[in-house]
Amino acid sequence: MPEISLPSLLPGAGVTHNCVMPADDKTRLRRHHDMGGLDAGPVERSEHDYAPWEKCVDAILRLLSGPKRGVLQIDELRRGIEDLGPGAYDELSYYERWIAAISNLLIEKGVISIDELGRKMAEVEARHEAERAKGGKA
Amino acid sequence: MSDSHGHSHPHGPHPFQPDVEDAPLTHYQILQLAVAELLIEKGVFSGGDLRRTLEAIDSRSPADGAKVVARAWVDPDFKARLLADTNAAAAELGVDAGTIPITTVENTPGIHNVIVCTLCSCYPRLLLGLPPDWYKSRAYRSRLVREPRAVLAEFGTALADDIEVRVQDSTAELRYLVLPMRPAGTGGMDEDALARLVTRDCMIGVTLPDNPDT
Repeated sequence: MPEISLPSLLPGAGVTHNCVMPADDKTRLRRHHDMGGLDAGPVERSEHDYAPWEKCVDAILRLLSGPKRGVLQIDELRRGIEDLGPGAYDELSYYERWIAAISNLLIEKGVISIDELGRKMAEVEARHEAERAKGGKA
Repeated sequence: MSDSHGHSHPHGPHPFQPDVEDAPLTHYQILQLAVAELLIEKGVFSGGDLRRTLEAIDSRSPADGAKVVARAWVDPDFKARLLADTNAAAAELGVDAGTIPITTVENTPGIHNVIVCTLCSCYPRLLLGLPPDWYKSRAYRSRLVREPRAVLAEFGTALADDIEVRVQDSTAELRYLVLPMRPAGTGGMDEDALARLVTRDCMIGVTLPDNPDT
């Protein structure tokens, strides 16, 4: 088993505070997610049907943040997403950011470990590839 | 499954959900499955909890919010309770608005409200379902707070200059629902018919409810 490194699995892993704060004027510094009032193009009226895996990410968050479990809070998720850094914030899709941040938070809180996550990901991928091979798709 | 779909006219990809076995999983799909399996193995939640939560997500739609708005249009006492405590008022109608407080903001002849979450994507999901992509977009989040009238115009909503536009910026701890004004000419309509006039976008505040006579 090769050694699993956190950054190879997850952007922003281990980052406690991302300090890239471009100044938009002389008096105010802001982080990349804090975009209220900035210039931007027209609002593209795009919509899409949420994919099953995206709804699963949403469901995982609801279960973890609900009053019954309280494993993590919504504001912690937001901080986790902000800590992915400006590159990941713009390059990942919405639910990719969510699951990356949720994973980082679960590791940070000791709910799961990076080693078991890496092993489970390898197992999930191998299982899926075996299913594809059976179906003649691989 | 055949790769051909039986006709040859040029068009973009079909809105088609491939069988999940057909394609390699993306890195983040693998991550999602791995996290879910680990949490189930550790007993944080069960597979049944996950299935029930997915069903709950699918069961929510703007129809829940529309029911609340239509009741407020026909029942002034309910409207007062809605403005005072939205989560409790929704519960009266059997709509579970959850535990995160939602504040209803009322549109009047002089005031128009519109909601955004500049920092992330907070949204009254339990009353409106999952948010549209544009609500979460950089353009909407950046511009609505500075030039709301220009953004509303992009949605086809032109407001007179003497109407005050209030932009409500949501947070993780407080979400908003817009109570639109009841359209003129709807005096004879019952609550169910009124609810059908109430769209998701008018409860976000980017549009106004349709007047059925126009």
